[in-house]
Amino acid sequence: MMTRRVFMKNGGLALVSLGFAPAFVARTVQAAQPRKKALVAIFQRGAVDGLNMVVPFGEQAYYAARPSIAIPRPNVADGAVDLNGFFGLHPRMAPLAPFFKRGELAIVHACGSPDETRSHFDAQDYMESGTPGNKGTRDGWMNRYLHAKEHAAASPFRAVALASSLPRSLQGTEPALAINQINQFGIRAGRNSDMVQSTFEDEYAAAADALLHKTGGEAFNAVKMLKDVNTATYAPAGNAQYPNSAFGGALKQIAQLIKSDLGLEVAFTELTGWDTHVQQGNSTGQLANRLDDFAKSIAAFGTDMGEQMADIVLVTMSEFGRAVQENGNRGTDHGHGNAMFILGGPVQGGKVYGTWPGLEVGQRWEGRDLAITTDFRDVFSEIVSGHLGATDVSKIFPGHATKGPLGFLRA
Amino acid sequence: MASMIPGARARFAFGLGLAGLLVTSGGGVTAERASAVPDHADARTISHVLNRLGFGPRPGDVERVEKMGLAAYIDQQLTPDRIPDDVVEGRLAEFATLKMSAHDIATKFLVPAQQARQAAQVQAGKAAQQTGQTMATPDPNMASAPPPNAPPNMAANAPPYLRPNAQNIVATPEMRMLQQQEQNVVNELVEQKLLRETLSERQLNEVLVDFWFNHFNVFVNKGQEERAYLTEYERDVIRPHVLGNFRDLLGAVAHSPAMLYYLDNWESVDPNAQERTLAEQESRIKGMVNPMAQAVARQNIARQREQMQKQGARGLNENYGRELMELHTLGVDGGYTQKDVIEVARALTGWTINQPNQGGGFAFRAQVHDPGPKTILGVTFPAGGGEAEGNRVLDLLARHPSTAHHIAFQLAQRLVADEPPAALVDRAAKKFLDTDGDLREVVRTIVTSPEFFAADDYGAKVKTPLEFVVSAARATNASVDNVQPLIAALRNQLGMPPYGCVPPTGYSMTADAWVNTGALLSRMNFALQLVSNQMRGLRVDVASLAPTVDDDTRARVVQTLFAGQVSTSTTQTLAKAQNPQYLLALALGSPEFQKR
Repeated sequence: MMTRRVFMKNGGLALVSLGFAPAFVARTVQAAQPRKKALVAIFQRGAVDGLNMVVPFGEQAYYAARPSIAIPRPNVADGAVDLNGFFGLHPRMAPLAPFFKRGELAIVHACGSPDETRSHFDAQDYMESGTPGNKGTRDGWMNRYLHAKEHAAASPFRAVALASSLPRSLQGTEPALAINQINQFGIRAGRNSDMVQSTFEDEYAAAADALLHKTGGEAFNAVKMLKDVNTATYAPAGNAQYPNSAFGGALKQIAQLIKSDLGLEVAFTELTGWDTHVQQGNSTGQLANRLDDFAKSIAAFGTDMGEQMADIVLVTMSEFGRAVQENGNRGTDHGHGNAMFILGGPVQGGKVYGTWPGLEVGQRWEGRDLAITTDFRDVFSEIVSGHLGATDVSKIFPGHATKGPLGFLRA
Repeated sequence: MASMIPGARARFAFGLGLAGLLVTSGGGVTAERASAVPDHADARTISHVLNRLGFGPRPGDVERVEKMGLAAYIDQQLTPDRIPDDVVEGRLAEFATLKMSAHDIATKFLVPAQQARQAAQVQAGKAAQQTGQTMATPDPNMASAPPPNAPPNMAANAPPYLRPNAQNIVATPEMRMLQQQEQNVVNELVEQKLLRETLSERQLNEVLVDFWFNHFNVFVNKGQEERAYLTEYERDVIRPHVLGNFRDLLGAVAHSPAMLYYLDNWESVDPNAQERTLAEQESRIKGMVNPMAQAVARQNIARQREQMQKQGARGLNENYGRELMELHTLGVDGGYTQKDVIEVARALTGWTINQPNQGGGFAFRAQVHDPGPKTILGVTFPAGGGEAEGNRVLDLLARHPSTAHHIAFQLAQRLVADEPPAALVDRAAKKFLDTDGDLREVVRTIVTSPEFFAADDYGAKVKTPLEFVVSAARATNASVDNVQPLIAALRNQLGMPPYGCVPPTGYSMTADAWVNTGALLSRMNFALQLVSNQMRGLRVDVASLAPTVDDDTRARVVQTLFAGQVSTSTTQTLAKAQNPQYLLALALGSPEFQKR
């Protein structure tokens, strides 16, 4: 059987200049085998300042509220990267601008949770459980997607978090892996690793307990599948340059897992350092440095995956935004609405989606924060149904009546 | 488990004769319900008890219990105060923060570290400016303090207990010292937990402290406030009541700043409270004779109104009200409605914390309490109930039959089986109601029941990661200088950091939550690391446990770790071990050792 991996290896050269080339790849790959869709979810933990990430430079109120930390308008030194004459990217996020221009990157602004909490803990929990306001939900929305979607014998790599523990989003009844470093996944007994591993394998193959028997089998299967995945020799395609950061490393490993054709469907990773109450900086400084890592890593992933992005949607999220008005420490306090990025071949990009509520005091939520005009569950719903093919979204976001698609995916 | 000892069922019938003689801790004699504790228990039964009432046997424990008698052992575990525990107490004597109040922890350690970090951030910003980085001069008139209710700056500045990769600001020696002192608070708390579980003779007590903390879960990284309260919460709220009265425990939790903060009740107020206060002020103005003072007061009220409009009025927060019924008492199917949730939350308005950022204590604020009448679970609470109203709600919930059933089920799930037998749960629930929530008697009912001694269910529970690492340290008689490697494994590989469960449900106590591919491999690697003495601070005397890999040694290991009970295939695979370390690792990583 001709796998997509083989196809990509052979056909990749001819496609390089076409970017994500969704239409072309769609036709060709369909001929080879059913498409394997994947979702890559990124959590910016700590509440990123969406207003300095996707800058509403067309708003005078933005500059009035942020005398020391505002990002200047485009076409001046350290100015925002103009996207559409009203919004611009933080200058350190310039690596993502080409994706936006090519229509591969969409943004949803003034987006977030209808719950009013300004607690990191609660808001992250709600965004991951997918049930804002309800603390009793045990599983995460991504796991409920895995459960709701019909699937044949699933690969152990169907859902993977590049993280030290399984995030709330992926917790639940369906198996999901948390891997810190893929080259450390397996039995570690030095020279004797193979021997010890095969002995453990024997033990679990004969385990009387059905659950341990099954899971043990899956574990050793997964280890063997990863044997061929060598992180040391991995060479990203398209001359992609991942930053030498934890986040860059995580995205690089996700790229490698997808390319290794292990059946990965949902990948998750996260990065922190967004809670900028004090000395946030503007075009340079604390937030700028975090955004630099964030944007460079995602851009490298997009470049590295190349035409395979035709089957991938990458989405970013953060628990809430930050107050419109800067505080007394040249930082920003906890706010409400925020911006999300959606990257991939299936994306109808080059556009900022959602209704912009404005930043005048009277337009703000509780007089201080960016109001929310798009429920974050509408964004996720559109991805799980439009991209991943889930048919019953009400099982994934119980109690949520979606307003219908925003239209950021191609029909 | 497939293999079964013939006659095991017959033996507890034999044990029934003793039941009438079993003197309970209360001095009474339980004759109405026979104890099923066997008179002459075999090693397998004793091992079962040590796995359920504690964190598993150490080498020699089975023999010790055999000598003193199983019934006597269980009775002793039910009255832990009578068990000397010098080893643990000696070890904990040096942990200074364990004896400190939340206020002292907050003001001596947490607040200074927080302030130093913020000062360092400001400094770093200034330095960046001086090196020519662009940063506009702030307009001093625009400076605004964070609103009074804004949550503190927690996630980014959390100490690295749950964020081992958190970036710390480049630190001066003073700052490093402050940060170490701050981290020491959580470190000592987590270490004492693992030390007690590994070394304490009061094993059932430690199992129950873990059970009840998990039942009334709070989360270490909810905020700096939570970290200040955690030590006190486990020590003064949970620990004294685990074998006491449920109503006392519930009341202590409901008054604890740790819970009030974690489930937001401290911020829950009557939505009409602000307006009521302003109206009272207005009516006072009318009585004023001095027109100047009247004008000033009017202005003041107008300013407050404006502020209120800007920020939005504060209001009711249902979180605690809901979890109080769903998780802490009645259970999700306990027969309450959304209206009951709101009414309970209203009754608990004004239950708050005095200066939470200073580790202050419980406070009742009458001015934000909702004074109206309420109906909860069909019971009427007349208007003006004040602080006592909340206590009446707790009375109602603590004595409700749904609560008795819910608590009985949870305890039986922890101690007996993921799906505990209904008859046992019913009997334990009845004991709960008959004794007005005497938790010692409820636990006694469960652990002396025929269902508890049903040999088919020996080894039926999958160990949680916590139970796995502690039982492995105990089974190998590891000398524990430092429990940090156990904590690191729970946090970084096994997905169960102590005090690190985010949702109020607490950690799951059933198999499905803990058996997954990555976690299973991590358990095997943990076993390998432990027995090859790669964990700094833990030392396993391999030579004394397994001097060689011959048949006798293997038999001894199987006897020590599994009371002789392993499958033929595991026996065969253990024979493949080429050296004593691998023999022990294969035993600790085996399917059998994942169960208890």
